Amino acid sequence: MAILAKPKVGYSRRSLLKAGGAAIAASTLPAPMLWAQDTKDIVLRQFGTGVSNLNDVANKVKEDLGFTLEMTALDSDSVTQRAATQPDSFDIADIEYWICKKVWPTGNLQAMDVSRIANYDKIVGIFKDGKLTPDSEIAQGTAPHTVGFIPEPGATTFADEQTNWMTLIPTIYNADTLGIRPDLIGRPIESWAELLNPEFQGKASILDISSIGIMDMAMVCEAMGEIQYGDKGNMTREEIDATMAIFTEAKQNGQFRAFWKTFDESVNLMASGEVVIQSMWSPAITAVKSRGIPCVYQPLKEGYRSWGGGIGLSQSLSGMELDAAYEYINWYLSGWVGGYLMRQGYYSAVPETSKEFMSENEWGYWFEGKEATDVITSPTGDQLAQAGEVRDGGSFEERMGSVACWNAVMDENQYMVRKWNEFIAA
Amino acid sequence: MRLKNRHVLGWLEASPLALVLLLFLVAPIVMIVIVSFWGATEFSIYPAFQFDNYEFLFGSPVTYRVFLATLKYAFITWALTLAIGFTVAYFLAFHVRSLTMQIALFLVCTIPFWTSNIIRMISWIPFLGRNGIANQTLISWGLIDEPLEWLLYSDFAVILAFVHLYTLFMVVPIFNTMMRIDKSLLEAARDNGASGLQTLVHVILPLTKPGIMIGTIFVVTLVMGDFITVRFMSGSQRANVGRLISNDIGLLQYPSAAATAVVLLCTVLIVIAILLRFVNIRKEL
Repeated sequence: MAILAKPKVGYSRRSLLKAGGAAIAASTLPAPMLWAQDTKDIVLRQFGTGVSNLNDVANKVKEDLGFTLEMTALDSDSVTQRAATQPDSFDIADIEYWICKKVWPTGNLQAMDVSRIANYDKIVGIFKDGKLTPDSEIAQGTAPHTVGFIPEPGATTFADEQTNWMTLIPTIYNADTLGIRPDLIGRPIESWAELLNPEFQGKASILDISSIGIMDMAMVCEAMGEIQYGDKGNMTREEIDATMAIFTEAKQNGQFRAFWKTFDESVNLMASGEVVIQSMWSPAITAVKSRGIPCVYQPLKEGYRSWGGGIGLSQSLSGMELDAAYEYINWYLSGWVGGYLMRQGYYSAVPETSKEFMSENEWGYWFEGKEATDVITSPTGDQLAQAGEVRDGGSFEERMGSVACWNAVMDENQYMVRKWNEFIAA
Repeated sequence: MRLKNRHVLGWLEASPLALVLLLFLVAPIVMIVIVSFWGATEFSIYPAFQFDNYEFLFGSPVTYRVFLATLKYAFITWALTLAIGFTVAYFLAFHVRSLTMQIALFLVCTIPFWTSNIIRMISWIPFLGRNGIANQTLISWGLIDEPLEWLLYSDFAVILAFVHLYTLFMVVPIFNTMMRIDKSLLEAARDNGASGLQTLVHVILPLTKPGIMIGTIFVVTLVMGDFITVRFMSGSQRANVGRLISNDIGLLQYPSAAATAVVLLCTVLIVIAILLRFVNIRKEL
């Protein structure tokens, strides 16, 4: 695991890809072990979805902690694939909780000792007992706390309650809904059912990642009053068939302009006006807005589809690298990253530490749902909101409090995937 | 004794190539065939000998629809690239007189290949989009009132990209064969009173067949094996066999992907076998 790489000053996507390739090549060849190792020589290879694999984070890690973090951004399917099949190609997996449910049984990840996590007590309840507030209801789907703990190190099944062994350290999460172009729609949108409204024929889109797409579909079908689900996160075959039938019909009627698979595609579809209503992720909205194009992350009366991501450690991580990884995790929860992500519209697992890294105006706007008192800018300097504007959906409690279901993997996943393929080919 | 030595020498001479082919062509294909009989769970594959993957493949109506769509793309792309490729090659070979000019113009044809084919493909997207250059130009000319929706994310877009990407593969072999046609044959045809069209149909076309066939094999195999063009240009709304395979791989269903790949390989081989019945390309090589 001892891989030496020259510290890089600035990361470009290309150099990252190259470094990633070299790291994979190096790890498959027997490299000489270096015993006298310096922290600055440690390289941790992290991969995950684009949302949190940020070069700024890698640069800050180098600055604050001294070691090098190499990042590779992939789409959700590739992330799952890599975590499940190439355990030696990464040290840290930045994955979602539903991916964890799929990947954990392979034994490629190792559980984390909660007692080594400094801010554990401050982590939001959603990731511990599943409750945002003591009296909140647990939403459908793969709620993070259900796959967040294992009974003992080495176990491949999940624990029912909090233990000392955590599968993923929660990093970011958010509540997703539909993105719309208010300027091109020109009327209020209040329900998920609008996605299939013939008014938007040829101007709607949905994401082509089966496990998430099926959830958005379920939200729509339920909102239309067509299907009542027992658990949207764990559908029966009949429910899957009924859902697919509704969407296949819509597809054949030309409801959809395109399907998207990557973040960039969703941004381009929206920004170019090809699509006016679609499933979308929060930073994609930010990206569209920062081009000066109006785009709203529309809160809908049926609630949100939520997701959570966390950092998992590779089974092969040990010694100094493992210590470095714990150091990284503690740093991750200590506030800087949280502040950075919250200024993009995500939530940090430990909001109170992030507060110190945000201005009062930013905290008020992003977290408390208050009117902005001044211009709100993204971490990269784009203007996102003017004074007086309020965040779509309001405060943290309002948004995370109305989660209808979590991203999930179902018992009937393989069946669902086949049906999804049919839907795409239909 | 002497004869036996020659025998051994011959084998030795052939062995490096045989070894390379065995290692990099035969072995991977054998591996794919083997894996296509394996089983898969959510996150792993396990060795087995079962026909589940093929059973599902042949039992699903989607498979037939997708193979049909793949053949449709291949056929339309073939027809268009052939028409364009033949015309371009004809122009280069018979209308341009100086060799220098021929070479220069031929190199001009290859300029688009200086960038990656993904970039060449994606650059169509802003051009064809609802508010893209094509639609804006047509609207400003007053030809249409509403943007044309079918320009992008449609079969039209997919085939346009295919034709753009693969026409050169038709031009090169056809041009190559045409350059070998003895010019005195054309003069003889003319002396015997053949019109331009008659010369084309009865002299040039038959003599160009091997080039056309090589180009056809290139285009057909490229289109049938493609998945990324279909995904981007149809906005993920259309499927071909390549996309079925890539979806399966994305979802860790390697055995099922391998089974589809085997069926695709057989289909392509059958298509090529049929093509080779028409023309003997060995003559050309």
